[in-house]
Amino acid sequence: MAVPDVAVSLDEPWHLSPSVAIRPESFGALAYHFGNRRLTFLKRPELLAVVQGLDEAADVRTALANAGVPSDEWTAYVAALDSLASADMIRPRTGQDSAP
Amino acid sequence: MTALDLVTSSAVPSTLSALRAPRPAGGSLVQQFEYGLDAPICLTWELTYACNLSCVHCLSSSGRRDPRELSTAQCESVIDELQAMQVFYVNIGGGEPTVRPDFWHLLDYAVDHQVGVKFSTNGVRITPDRARFLASSNYVDVQVSLDGATAEVNDHVRGVGSYAMARTALTNLAEAGFKDAKISVVVTRHNVGQLDDFKKLADDHGATLRLTRLRPSGRGADVWDELHPTQSQQRDLYNWLLNAGERVLTGDSFFHLAGFGESLPGLNLCGAGRVVCLIDPVGDVYACPFAIHEEFLAGNVLESGGFATVWRTSELFADLRSPQTSGACTRCQFFDSCRGGCMAAKFFTGLPLDGPDPECVQGYGESALADPDREARSSSQDHSHRTTRAGVGPVPVEIGFGIPAPSAPPVHACAENPLAGFDPLGR
Ligand code: SF4
Ligand code: SF4
Repeated sequence: MAVPDVAVSLDEPWHLSPSVAIRPESFGALAYHFGNRRLTFLKRPELLAVVQGLDEAADVRTALANAGVPSDEWTAYVAALDSLASADMIRPRTGQDSAP
Repeated sequence: MTALDLVTSSAVPSTLSALRAPRPAGGSLVQQFEYGLDAPICLTWELTYACNLSCVHCLSSSGRRDPRELSTAQCESVIDELQAMQVFYVNIGGGEPTVRPDFWHLLDYAVDHQVGVKFSTNGVRITPDRARFLASSNYVDVQVSLDGATAEVNDHVRGVGSYAMARTALTNLAEAGFKDAKISVVVTRHNVGQLDDFKKLADDHGATLRLTRLRPSGRGADVWDELHPTQSQQRDLYNWLLNAGERVLTGDSFFHLAGFGESLPGLNLCGAGRVVCLIDPVGDVYACPFAIHEEFLAGNVLESGGFATVWRTSELFADLRSPQTSGACTRCQFFDSCRGGCMAAKFFTGLPLDGPDPECVQGYGESALADPDREARSSSQDHSHRTTRAGVGPVPVEIGFGIPAPSAPPVHACAENPLAGFDPLGR
């Protein structure tokens, strides 16, 4: 699977990668990618809420707002989403879905 | 492959918080892991005690099948439960797991239930056909055990013919197009000089090298004194690992080497009962695969409530998840990364659990081992073949370390490919 070579921006729609499963934990969640075998720790419950809300939100900005993340933390969250994107945990939503 | 069940949360409510000391909010991952998780991330499941080999250091003293081993149906229910708990993958071992007649069925069953499998094998059943079958599955990892880069060194520990068997398995996997097999090596006094050769062997097969620590568990207790690396070999090993970086997997094997100075990044803690555990062939749940002893027995998967209840409510695990005392180690400058080392290594060498590791690189283990009152302990089960093998004698090996290319530091999380210590928010 191609790892998207794009940075996450507030105005884009994103979603969870189809090969990823998420397990909530009291510190946040574990995300596991069955394809590349990467285990990623989402260290805050708010980040979990953002990631889980990506699919329904029109764009990243909306997902952050829906999850109740204060706007002065958005830069940090976008950076977190960036590192999730580089591990193919989340992907840009392009209209036609590429689920396996 | 059916579509994955993606973002569903576990339907089983956590009962952990009621049982344990209150978990601190925020904090590092190591701190969070010390309080345990709702399900393990590094679960080993030994499917059988039966084995075609009799390796002198076998951590589970395997050889003969136990008549009480879980049936196919019982194994399937365990897998169902792992799926419900969202245990993303299991490390399957033994014994030699592939000698179970239902092994290939259980493999399929697990993968079909979103439980990925990595299994360890000595290679006995990895025929060209099986290798092709394995190459066709996306969710199975294979790990072939090899404890010498030459037949001489390997067969001394694993038995005559075992080197050739493992090499054949690796060749079959490579020829079938199986991607990224693992070659798993227990580092000993005899093979520590062959690390470059192991790396080359892995590279030649498109495989990844995995190095683990010799622990005095199972039959390992009998040979630990003569096989565990010397203090100077440990330093060479540490330097080699630093240079090899992420290209070599180590599990949680070597965090006690942090005491050599430079702190090793990654997950530095004993995960026993917190993120690690073992289900043995009869369904007993232990805190760690290297701790098969009554003292670390938490329950059995056949009890009502099954594995989830054992994991979430066992008193032993609650204890392991509460703050531990670490005795003299807390005054050591390397305590933050070494944390006193491996619980199982201390236990089976008869050292106090709240003191230094027997291989403490500051030398405190050696003085503790010299205590005349020390009593080494042995595993509470033994399924060894009743035949005896020639004892372990010295093997001539040239010690030599090439210069591995510099890279990132070793990975330590038990899970082998995590973004260990991944901290998206930098706190
Ligand atoms: S007891 Fe040793 S082998 Fe087991 S989890 Fe702890 S450090 Fe690892
Ligand atoms: S004294 Fe304890 S913490 Fe320090 S290096 Fe030895 S085992 Fe590790």
